[in-house]
Amino acid sequence: MPPFLYIFLGALAIVSALGVIVQRNPIHSLLALIATLMTVAVLFIGEDAVVVGFLQIIVYAGAIMVLFLFVIWLLNLQVETGPTGHLALKLFGSLTAALLATELFFILAPPHLQVKFTHEPVGYGSLASLAGKLFTDYLVAFEVTSVLLLAAVVGSVALARRLPGTDDPRAARKTAS
Amino acid sequence: MSPFNLAAINFVWLPILPLVVVTVAAMAVLLAGVRVDDSESEGLGLLTLASLAVAFVFTLGILGQYGVAFAGAISVDSFSAFFELVILIAAMFTVMMSLDYAAENRIPGAEYYSLLLFSVLGMMLMAAAGDLIVIFLGLETMSITVYVLAGIMRRNAKSNEAAIKYFLLGAFSTGFLLYGIALVYGATGTIKLGPIHDALASGAMGSNPLLLAGIGMMVIGFGFKVAAVPFHMWAPDVYEGAPTPVTAFMAVGVKLAAFAAFIRVFMVDFASVGAHWQTVLWVIAALTMTGGNLIAVVQTNIKRMLAYSAIAHAGYLLLGMAAGVRSGPAILYYLLGYTFTNLGAFSVVIALERRGEAGNQISDFRGLAARQPLLAGAMAIFLLSLTGVPPMAGFVGKFYIFSEALHQGYVGLVIIAVLNSVVSAYYYFYVLVAMYMQEGGVEVERLSARPALVAAVGLAALATILIGVYPQPYIASAANAFHSASGAEGSHSAALEP
Repeated sequence: MPPFLYIFLGALAIVSALGVIVQRNPIHSLLALIATLMTVAVLFIGEDAVVVGFLQIIVYAGAIMVLFLFVIWLLNLQVETGPTGHLALKLFGSLTAALLATELFFILAPPHLQVKFTHEPVGYGSLASLAGKLFTDYLVAFEVTSVLLLAAVVGSVALARRLPGTDDPRAARKTAS
Repeated sequence: MSPFNLAAINFVWLPILPLVVVTVAAMAVLLAGVRVDDSESEGLGLLTLASLAVAFVFTLGILGQYGVAFAGAISVDSFSAFFELVILIAAMFTVMMSLDYAAENRIPGAEYYSLLLFSVLGMMLMAAAGDLIVIFLGLETMSITVYVLAGIMRRNAKSNEAAIKYFLLGAFSTGFLLYGIALVYGATGTIKLGPIHDALASGAMGSNPLLLAGIGMMVIGFGFKVAAVPFHMWAPDVYEGAPTPVTAFMAVGVKLAAFAAFIRVFMVDFASVGAHWQTVLWVIAALTMTGGNLIAVVQTNIKRMLAYSAIAHAGYLLLGMAAGVRSGPAILYYLLGYTFTNLGAFSVVIALERRGEAGNQISDFRGLAARQPLLAGAMAIFLLSLTGVPPMAGFVGKFYIFSEALHQGYVGLVIIAVLNSVVSAYYYFYVLVAMYMQEGGVEVERLSARPALVAAVGLAALATILIGVYPQPYIASAANAFHSASGAEGSHSAALEP
């Protein structure tokens, strides 16, 4: 990826990330978040991490964004007007930001403090190598994850389904008619 | 090398056959229960019991085998087999307690028994894991299902409270464990237990801050699951609110699985950096024993009392871990005795319970000896074993752990433990006094109509005495199991031939 494109996309990602927190309308924040995720995904793809880039789009920009949208829609959120956030939250936020800034410093700072990046072999991060790992080295983990998801579905249905004998609007309608 | 090198994975089916049986059984129970009414779930329970027995028989086949399977994801040794067998026993007892309880309380049978089986799968995976990812996935499978099981009596407010409390704190603690695993991976560059063991044993790690932070996080994560002080706050409320068979399952099964993974990772793979974590466990063990026992003294609800007693027993086990590798066999033996004793005690609690809350107070045990001498006798056996009175299993277990710790110079910790045992005698004997010397309490109903529950009480009492009176074979198999994991050093990564 040419450097100017890299810088341009990076700046775009930062600006849209800022947009997420300065907007007062939740829908506008959401749109800015989508822009951030998309640009980050392009950055991933530009760095040869194709699968991570696509997962970024499918999982975050796709599924999770839709979820956010539904929540906003269902809760019927209004445009924020008053001041937001507790002092404790702001303090916590500043602390986290300071930590992240420190981390950035260690990455960009003088050579003896720099983290050493290693160059991965060709094909690293490709779909083929990911699939190869998933179905050989991590086969058990992969299969167990599917069982875990099944158990979670069974559990959530067990907790969330309508109790027999409670007010069931459909049953009530049937008796009414 | 092609990424699809199938020869390197070494599929070996025999060691994971018990896991497959349990998984298939969970799905079969779910399907079989589609049309079963909540008040007639005994058949599903029997199906669950039968499949657990089949898994038990297959697990016996692992004994004596040795190596790793599925590219290092599964450890095949007597350690896995030992814990899988004890976990399956605990699960079978839980089902025997649940048969009538679930039907009487209208717990949805298909969901209840299939979640129980999924949970057993998670526990067995934690015992048999060969890498940190499988430990984590096993822990999640176990935890998520137990969160639901704790809240499965949805009309009961306390059951709901237990589920949400356990879920929130459990999810929080899982985060710690996962972060710890990530840091250990970052420090050692591998996720598989054998190579981690070798990397640490080579001494090249020294006191790498990444590794130390990772070990610390993992102590917190496992500490939550075994309910060690100061990570125990969830335990009493959850134990009290959950359906009693689930409480027994949590107090025994979850603890067995968490200790299996805790012992394998720390006493085997992190053994060479023991100096970094044994002191921490020393402090946690002292706090856990003392905290659990002191708070148990003032409890009036038997389930809460047993919850704090379970915390105290986790403290004795942590004492063994703090004392180092030599006390490994003692810990395994202690867990075996603890399993039968605690399952038995909870079975008696269920026998006294009636729909709703009645029967859960210690005062309900008053005069039990006069009305139900056999039930009271069994409860007396369990309480004496929990206290550590010879000839019960609890006595031999405590004696064995304490003496191994003494041999290694942990005099201060053993003194704390013995003083704590004296304190614990107060609240265990309080129930004995209520049963044998006081009058009043609740009537025990329909005991003859609940053969499975009676069998659970009887078998647990028998095992508690047998393991205590004639401990040699059990001590031998505990030692064999522990050494098959810890003796693996060097050859840990030998792959099994299909």
